[in-house]
Amino acid sequence: MADAAVEETMKRINSHKGVTGIIIVNNDGIPIRTTLDSNITVQYAALVTHMASKARSVVRTLDPQNDLVFLRIRSKKHEIMVAPETEYVLIVVQNPSAT
Amino acid sequence: MPPKKPTKARGKKGQPTPEPEVEETEPEVTAPGHLDFEPPAREIVVPKEQLELTETELEEEITKMLTANNPTAPTNIARFNFKERTYKFEPMVDQLETHYRSDGYVLHRSSDDAKRQMELERMEAEAIAEFEKQLNAPKEDGEEAVDDSKQLRNQFNFSERAAQTQNNPMRDRYTSTEPPPTASFNASCTQWEIYDAYMEDQERQRLQKEIQKAKGKEKDNKKPEEEKKEKETVMHGSAMCKAVKVMERMVNQNSFSDIADDFKYWEDASDQFREGEGTLLPLWKFYNERAKRKHVTSICWNPEYHDLFAVGYGSFDFLKQSTGLICCYSLKNPSHPEYTFTTESGVMCLDFHPQHSSLLAVGLYDGTVMVYDVRNKVNRPIFSSSVKTGKHTDPVWQVCWQEEDMTKSLNFFSVSSDGRVTLWTMSKSELTYQDVMELKLVGNVRDADPDDETALGSLAGGCSFDFNKTSDHLFVVGTEEGNIHKCSKAYNSQYLETYKGHNMSVYTVKWNNQHPKVFLSASADWTVKLWDHTNAKPIMSFDLNNAVGDVAWAPYSSTVFAAVTSDGKVHVFDLNENKHEPMCEQKIVRKAKLTKITYNQKHPIILVGDDRGCVTSLKLSPNLRKTSGSPPDAEVEQDKLNKIMEVALKGEV
Repeated sequence: MADAAVEETMKRINSHKGVTGIIIVNNDGIPIRTTLDSNITVQYAALVTHMASKARSVVRTLDPQNDLVFLRIRSKKHEIMVAPETEYVLIVVQNPSAT
Repeated sequence: MPPKKPTKARGKKGQPTPEPEVEETEPEVTAPGHLDFEPPAREIVVPKEQLELTETELEEEITKMLTANNPTAPTNIARFNFKERTYKFEPMVDQLETHYRSDGYVLHRSSDDAKRQMELERMEAEAIAEFEKQLNAPKEDGEEAVDDSKQLRNQFNFSERAAQTQNNPMRDRYTSTEPPPTASFNASCTQWEIYDAYMEDQERQRLQKEIQKAKGKEKDNKKPEEEKKEKETVMHGSAMCKAVKVMERMVNQNSFSDIADDFKYWEDASDQFREGEGTLLPLWKFYNERAKRKHVTSICWNPEYHDLFAVGYGSFDFLKQSTGLICCYSLKNPSHPEYTFTTESGVMCLDFHPQHSSLLAVGLYDGTVMVYDVRNKVNRPIFSSSVKTGKHTDPVWQVCWQEEDMTKSLNFFSVSSDGRVTLWTMSKSELTYQDVMELKLVGNVRDADPDDETALGSLAGGCSFDFNKTSDHLFVVGTEEGNIHKCSKAYNSQYLETYKGHNMSVYTVKWNNQHPKVFLSASADWTVKLWDHTNAKPIMSFDLNNAVGDVAWAPYSSTVFAAVTSDGKVHVFDLNENKHEPMCEQKIVRKAKLTKITYNQKHPIILVGDDRGCVTSLKLSPNLRKTSGSPPDAEVEQDKLNKIMEVALKGEV
């Protein structure tokens, strides 16, 4: 039930306009699932996990009871949205200006 | 032969005569009491080169002649004579050989040497005498038994013997063990890491306690299985579900960022220059493939979450009935509903419970009423009425939750075109029903042609109802015939009042949110009418030039209401501004009929549903949401409406 819902939601996100790709990276920085090609995936996996852990560190250092929930990186070309969970990091790259 | 000179021959060694060498072991002083030492022994050693002679040879007498000549003396000594400067033979050879010599010890008395010696002897004797004197003197005093054995010991044959045990040589011994393996480790510790470690530790301790408690029971067998399942669903677990959901909302926010901005910040600036006019700004459209060709039959905001609303899909067309659908949308995700439920028959109405916001009451076209718990996410109602439990025989047009009764059980009302207003009570296992009202065709019978037998004895079809906000036993019911009946939960056979004014089905009746006496009705006869429930005649009537699907009071003002018509228009009235013309008349959808409208309780937006399965959200411009202040004062709002009604009544008179 739940897995079907996840799959369905992922499919919806991927088919959403402007979404370039979805990557799920586990804690070891290994991409579990991706819709991008492998080179870019590896790059995203390596860099974004670092960024997310650093961002979490910032939040937690300011208040240990607080935690990072979501991270959005807006760039000229697109926006990288990161949902850092305990066991994996969900990354979605979207080009918001694409119609 | 020269005479022997004993003095001259002193330094010379005589002819070597083999003498038996006598080796003596050192004589040892045997101190009294030390008898361990062996007495000195004498041993005669014969030198190796000694001739061994036989007995006869030893007996043989050998005569040796003594001569004055030295047989070893050389006879041919030549010496250089410096006087004559030539070597000269020396005829005189020393023939002296000393065999014995002894120095004399006798001195002549008168010689100096003797005198000196005598003097020395005298001095020595004196010294000895002195010493003797000293020795003897203390003896007389007492005992002075000085052990003078030391002085008496043998001066010649003395040796001190000491023994020493062998000293063990010093030794150093080293061993070196193999050094333990080392590794360098670097880490930086932050406050939150320490915090996490503490929390983890606490959790671990808590778990250990639990495990110890549960050891007695056989829970351990179950746990590993559960863990396995959890592991399998890491990818598809609830955490993932949540992350994906958040992500979808973010993606939507990005792609609809302009709409989100409008929703939050856009205020129509032109309203300042247009008194008595306002506009509606279309925001998100909520559309679902599954709702294609279905009519939006009901919309209901969730009372707790102001961004969540449920939409019921069905069909108003008697001939084209199909399955029903309920979608719960959030404003945060316009592209996909949060929850969906399907029903066998078309959904006609729904209502969220005002307190238990997850409970959704649903009325279907086939007369069934159901209760869903949206949290369950299971496509199955928690309660459903059946033929046995008194379900309606005609479409249920409206459901409405009531306050909990005395026994704290949840209950709701439903109205159907089979003429019954029914109270449904949720017990533990099922819905129990109680008919509160049977809508008799009283009014119509009186007016109608007496020959029309079909009307006799039958019931009026209820289309809509609404409960008074202040006196909750009071409610009005709109019927298919156009009459509106005021009823009370207390009297279940009598109408308290019947309001006549509409000629066709009354689709909606709505009590005013602030004013307890006033309600609106919307009808298929193109009009919306304003009623005072103490007055049998409508106070005001608004002709909208098309069938009015729904009408809704604004939550923020007593004089503002909005209505939708089947030509796709939304009409917003503010009676305080204009009693005759709508503030805003705007076409929202092309080629579609608008069916439902509802105000959000918090945000200045309305939702309108059409007969193509699409729900549109609209933002009200500032002119359309004028209030008496925020929060609106109930009394002021009532007065405002009272004044308008007074004027209207006078005008009629």
